[in-house]
Amino acid sequence: MHSKKIAGILKKTVMYTFMILLGLTMIAPFIWMLSTSLKEPANVFIFPPKWIPNPIVFENYAHAWQAAPFGRFFLNSIFISACLTFGSLLTGSMAGYAFARLEFPGRDKLFLTYLGTMMIPGQVTMIPVFILLKNIGWIDTYKALIIPGIFHAGGAFFFRQFFLAIPKELEEAATIDGCSHVGIYWRIILPLSKPALATLGTFTFLGAWNDFMWPLIVLNSPEKMTLPVGLAYFTGQYTTDWPLLMAGSMIILLPVILLYIFNQRFFVKGIVMSGMKG
Amino acid sequence: MKINKKVLNKIFIGYSFLGPPILGFFVFTLFPVVASFVLAFMEWDIITPAKFVGFDNFIKMINDQDFWYYVYNTFYFVLAIPIDLAAALFLAILVNQKIKAVGIFRTIYFFPVISSGVACALIWKWIYNGDYGILNAFLKYIGVHTPPNWLRDTTWAKPALIIFGLWKGVGYQMLIYLAALQGIPEELYESANIDGASPWQKFWHITLPMLSFANFYLIITGVMGTFQVFSEPYVMTGGGPMGSTTTVVYSIYLNAFQQFKMGYASAISWFLFFIVFTVTMIQWKYAGGKNYYY
Repeated sequence: MHSKKIAGILKKTVMYTFMILLGLTMIAPFIWMLSTSLKEPANVFIFPPKWIPNPIVFENYAHAWQAAPFGRFFLNSIFISACLTFGSLLTGSMAGYAFARLEFPGRDKLFLTYLGTMMIPGQVTMIPVFILLKNIGWIDTYKALIIPGIFHAGGAFFFRQFFLAIPKELEEAATIDGCSHVGIYWRIILPLSKPALATLGTFTFLGAWNDFMWPLIVLNSPEKMTLPVGLAYFTGQYTTDWPLLMAGSMIILLPVILLYIFNQRFFVKGIVMSGMKG
Repeated sequence: MKINKKVLNKIFIGYSFLGPPILGFFVFTLFPVVASFVLAFMEWDIITPAKFVGFDNFIKMINDQDFWYYVYNTFYFVLAIPIDLAAALFLAILVNQKIKAVGIFRTIYFFPVISSGVACALIWKWIYNGDYGILNAFLKYIGVHTPPNWLRDTTWAKPALIIFGLWKGVGYQMLIYLAALQGIPEELYESANIDGASPWQKFWHITLPMLSFANFYLIITGVMGTFQVFSEPYVMTGGGPMGSTTTVVYSIYLNAFQQFKMGYASAISWFLFFIVFTVTMIQWKYAGGKNYYY
């Protein structure tokens, strides 16, 4: 009994040592980013490198926020991600409701068309959508980032599956009470779908926040850029100003850290349910 | 007449819900898919009028050595998937222990997954910096006197991106494995215990077979994800040195939005679709259409 207990403690110690060492490895790049962002620009080229900056300065953040201008990128990112999230949830749940709950001619064929396009990589449609937006004068506008993005087939599919699991009896009772379909959708189905809305909402926001390729293609003016594009743009201009670039990276990562800490269960659920693109 | 009215009413309600989403879907998905297919048979720089060229773009693609080099690069990254999965499984087993504070470690391992690809790529570009990077400082400290200039070296740039990709993505694969591990019925292990199976035997004969679906799913998503890698080479290497980190998607970007060869880029994008489609079909065949994770 005694030796078993010792073996147990030994096993736990090994486990924790492994987990801590791996955890440090995973987190080290972020610590290094934070450390660099708090250094005086001249101090990053010292050998051997120091993990704790001396002196600790915040001027890189001020510089990034105003001069780079990450303040503007930040507001752009917030606005675009919020619009995309709201729009996707609305169109996705409307289509999902029609597919799951309404009967009308053409429904199943349309649904199959939706499904069929889900496998087609975004890079296939990217070029024609770009040309389309160019022709209607939407290049370098917020619209180009928001409008095409809210009609993804994935949202409709996701909501359809979720709505199908909601018992029909609730609606039947509401119909008897004289509730219209709009009323059922808005007052019964949507309130019952809060977990689905939160999960997909978190994901859409995160995807929009981190998205790089599409904003890079459709945006030209710095004042319209989102954080990732803005950061990449300024990487070209401030090639060796690592403290500034690390401060910029920190500005992108901080909201995600907060969102993750407060919404963790939606992240985990969404990941396992849908998979995600980095 | 009465029935007709009822049907009309159903159509009206149905399409008032589906109308706006389907309109957007037609304009921004369905029409572009068709347009992309047509474009693949055209030559067009957006400025001068488009010209129908038949299969020229595809013939050009087959004879384009650069294109095949980018395909080779992409497959090189695909070969790293087993390494990623082994690491992910190890992590998943580690964080599947019923011990205190294990949730904190799951959170930490998972964090790079949800972080901006551009920000992370930039952090690692700084880490890999040949002269002042912390990695080479560490290597010099442990006695490697002339460490490589990672991202500027044609030999080391790809492995450098693979290590970065492992760090960035392993948490996602870990989470999928974790869900699969937690789905294995406890009874299987209990009866193995009664038969006196060793931990190693239990791993080989119970855990691994029970993870076959997760394995399959992760290989598929891994291949699809690898074919679409873009922001990492864009930020870290610009596709270089000498094109050694240019992926298929990166070459679509270069052709379409740097050189304005819309037709040729569309043809490459259909090659990409072909790969994704083939991989998905294999998945359906082997998984029998049962897809637990979608």
